[in-house]
Amino acid sequence: MAEQPQAIKPIIEIIDFSSKRKLRDLPWWFFALILIAIFVFFIITTNENYNDAFNFIKIGLVITIKTTLISYAIAILFGLLAGLGRISKSVILNNISRLYVELIRGIPILVLIFFIAFVGVPVLVDSMNNIGYWLSGIGLDFLGKIFTAITNQDLSMNARAITALAFTYGAYLAEIFRAGIQSIAKGQMEAARSLGMSYAQSMRYVILPQAIRNVLPALGNDFVAMVKDSSLVSVLAVRDITQVSRLYAGTTFRFREAYIILAVLYLTMTVILSLGVQLLERRLRLHD
Amino acid sequence: MTEQKPIIVVKDLYKYFGEIKAVDGVSLNIEKGKVLVVIGPSGSGKSTLLRCINHLEDPTSGEIWIDGEKLTRAAKQINEIRAEIGMVFQLFNLFPHLSVLENVTLAQKVIRGRSQDEAKQTALEKLKRVGIPEKADAFPSNLSGGQQQRVAIARALAMDPKIMLFDEPTSALDPEMIKEVLDVMLDLAQEGMTMVCVSHEMGFVRSAADEVVFMDFGKVVEHTTPEGLFNNPQNDRTKLFLSQILEH
Repeated sequence: MAEQPQAIKPIIEIIDFSSKRKLRDLPWWFFALILIAIFVFFIITTNENYNDAFNFIKIGLVITIKTTLISYAIAILFGLLAGLGRISKSVILNNISRLYVELIRGIPILVLIFFIAFVGVPVLVDSMNNIGYWLSGIGLDFLGKIFTAITNQDLSMNARAITALAFTYGAYLAEIFRAGIQSIAKGQMEAARSLGMSYAQSMRYVILPQAIRNVLPALGNDFVAMVKDSSLVSVLAVRDITQVSRLYAGTTFRFREAYIILAVLYLTMTVILSLGVQLLERRLRLHD
Repeated sequence: MTEQKPIIVVKDLYKYFGEIKAVDGVSLNIEKGKVLVVIGPSGSGKSTLLRCINHLEDPTSGEIWIDGEKLTRAAKQINEIRAEIGMVFQLFNLFPHLSVLENVTLAQKVIRGRSQDEAKQTALEKLKRVGIPEKADAFPSNLSGGQQQRVAIARALAMDPKIMLFDEPTSALDPEMIKEVLDVMLDLAQEGMTMVCVSHEMGFVRSAADEVVFMDFGKVVEHTTPEGLFNNPQNDRTKLFLSQILEH
């Protein structure tokens, strides 16, 4: 996840063509990247097999994008809470957050996806249901109904995949938020507190706005990483582009077509998003 | 001393940082409307004493009373008391993501519950008082140190505090900017604000202070008036300190 940003950093160079630049300094690798993409899309429009494969695979784009966006939004929430927990003076909150982060970081994402989808979510829902039955049993029918509202049958693999991705990325984002908050000078908190603001108010109005601005590029890079990692949900048979490509290849035996298109689709998305992150980074730097 | 009830009472205050005794048994009374300046060599516990008054440091032992109310560790009470005590820091600590106006209105809105219009009006009034109403829409990073410090004073004043604490407000400033900040402070003192200042500006001590405290190794070594300090210092340590800073 972390190595991604460095590898694509120089893309920003191509935005400002200066006339004096020597040919050898041009980002040829980036031109090659674009050329590859254009070439593949050209083949898609001209070759019937590729065209057929593309039309089949592109249906998965909706699921890929939806999964990524929803997971990321929830991950931001988890990450922010766990990040705040990590810097909290409360021993309990601090240790819970630390446990969460270390637990997630010590297990491969693929394993986590299996684990959360087939162990974590079902066990959690079952225990909630059991609490619900117990509550109904002692006469609190209204509360009982809330706890039994969702059962494991209701939870699709899509929902479990989103839970898994969000939970996993929450731990990575927590470390980003923690670092961002800790990068703000101590005097900021003291100034806010000395005006009479509570810890929570100081965080909300003074520390977090600055911290989040500082970590926006890092958050963007993790979003790009999540677009790629969303391919892992295909192991749960969620019909994202990876899964539909596998389906297509499996039924038509056009492996080449399927996986070339799949790779180029990811590449197109990540390169565009990375460019966006770098523009953002640049704008933030100009405003400093 | 008059029979007026002191607005700040510090009683047997101790603050240890591990083995270091930053404040080592200090007792002080400060009456309403008086200006107390705390001087002393670096590391003598002046700033720590000041920061204990609004509980930015949690005292190891001792009592602090603000306007008849004893400070406890209860977060709610501390927040309420802090809103009544303005604090100005050595490094200004303005909020860099907010404009000057927003810096001065934020706590008014959040803590005092004032409307945007009301807060803005108060803010402009205070900015005028510190002499930079035209900078309301600027951002802190575009201001000089002296201007930033004056905004910080306006930010504290906008809460209508009963007490102002100044923690070496001019030590991070270029010489030509010190005066503009001291002028504002002098103004405040003359208007009857209760002030506790940690400062080495002897000119300010002479013209604004009612009382001076000299601290060394966490203890109050001498508690006197400006006249007493300059004309008749009692303690050898005070004499040595004065001779060193007044020499130049």
